[in-house]
Amino acid sequence: MSALPARTAASLKGQPWRPAPLIRQPWLRWGLPLLGLAYLVAAFSTISVDWGRVARGLDRARTVFGGFLTPDFLSRWEFIQLGILESLAMTVAATALGIVLSVPFAFGAARNISPLPVYLACRAVVAAGRSFQEIVIAIFFVVMVGFGPLAGALTLAFATIGFLGKLLAEEIEEIDPRPLEAVRATGGSWLQQMAYGVVPQVLPRFVGLSVYRFDINFRESSVIGIVGAGGIGGALNTSISRYEYSTTAAILIVIIAIVLLTEYASGIIRKRVQ
Amino acid sequence: MPTYVVGRERVWRKRTPRQTLLAYLGYLLGAIAVLVAARFISGQTLWFFVLDAPEQAADLVGRMFPPSWGYANRLWRPLWDTLNIATIGTLAALVVSVPVAFLAARNTTPHPLFRQLALVVIVTSRSVNALIWALLLVSIIGPGVLAGIIAVALRSIGFCAKLLSEAIEEIDFKPIEALDSTGASGSQVVAYGIVPQVAPAFAGISVYRWDINIRESTVVGLVGAGGIGLPLDASIASLQWSQATVIFVMILVLVVISEWVSAKVRGAIR
Repeated sequence: MSALPARTAASLKGQPWRPAPLIRQPWLRWGLPLLGLAYLVAAFSTISVDWGRVARGLDRARTVFGGFLTPDFLSRWEFIQLGILESLAMTVAATALGIVLSVPFAFGAARNISPLPVYLACRAVVAAGRSFQEIVIAIFFVVMVGFGPLAGALTLAFATIGFLGKLLAEEIEEIDPRPLEAVRATGGSWLQQMAYGVVPQVLPRFVGLSVYRFDINFRESSVIGIVGAGGIGGALNTSISRYEYSTTAAILIVIIAIVLLTEYASGIIRKRVQ
Repeated sequence: MPTYVVGRERVWRKRTPRQTLLAYLGYLLGAIAVLVAARFISGQTLWFFVLDAPEQAADLVGRMFPPSWGYANRLWRPLWDTLNIATIGTLAALVVSVPVAFLAARNTTPHPLFRQLALVVIVTSRSVNALIWALLLVSIIGPGVLAGIIAVALRSIGFCAKLLSEAIEEIDFKPIEALDSTGASGSQVVAYGIVPQVAPAFAGISVYRWDINIRESTVVGLVGAGGIGLPLDASIASLQWSQATVIFVMILVLVVISEWVSAKVRGAIR
């Protein structure tokens, strides 16, 4: 605490007290805001905005919000219904598949229980699943298996492996090693070590993460339809490009309602297991 | 945890018979749901097109390699736009989310009615994906970086406001009482009692959301909202997969850097 005596001395001399600066080094304290300012100037000066188009858009904004005030569930109901069913089916199937597939990758990607080559291979798969947005992965699966919810389900399952694999692996790396060692000391096989030394320690967290991922998968299932991977996103995209904003509003309301429902349910489940 | 007498021994069981039955019922329902979902998806799928998936994949990889690295020279501007969409979008979202968070936090909201209103804002913003916001905005204000910035900002408001309001709800009230007892004004209480307590959480949330927004801003271009998604969309639409590879590599590098920065900054705050 070398900074304290100087400040105490200053306050003794009758100068008003000042709170300690957030950043100790003066050059960093002044340099960072300057750098930030320089970046903002550079950023704003290079953003090209067609203000004429924006001004005309404000007119259109009135139509959009007018449409939002009168949501129309009926005239495109078949599309909305099919899209929502597809989204839900994709979410359920992909979450289940993703959970099952993520477990071996998570065990492989935990440094404390897997050998280095396995660890590196599993980490690579997990990192690939996490680095790209769902919609980019969806483009690949659509090329491979064609348009429709199968591509969407595979996309979400792949992304689920990345998400659960990483977080579960981190959880496994933080376990208490003593129960594992105890099982090993009694001569337990590798499978028994995992089942009695590792699984009980990470199970509650795993259930919580899986339920959380179910939420995320539903949200994502509402957009990957934009590139043709099934779900409500396709209907949403169509309604916007046809300027049927009342239908858009109806779809958004349905999405928000389902998100709220799943979030509420997952909140209850997570509270019970943790 | 019940025990039972079987023969002469007492046997330990994890669950009562009733709990066991309920657990199996739960598994059964889950399995049925998955099967129904799988059947539905299968019904919506043209399996004829799925059968040649391995050939399609091999063909795709063949087109993607070798990457046409020369294309990278035309990507610096979209990359800069992507960075700007994420950064300015995050800043705009923070400006809006601070008042929303104070309204949404139980201990700082002026009236429960304001709290409900703030919660509606948070839920709406969080439930709708940035890409959907981008679709809407592109159709309102036209394609371009501005639509991307606003889309990213709208999606981030709910996220930041929710986490920040939770941080505000967890503050310690003793410093505030102490300030009150010295006769501090309302703004002084906020500045010296509340802000220092939530500032670390605020900084952490900002950087975390910025990291997420870098990822989001790489794809909003797919619907026309600027950034590196625009050339990606163009490359895929014209089947220039060797160009798409270059873009994927750039996205990967950008995401890795932003994740590293975010982890470093959050580590420094703690």
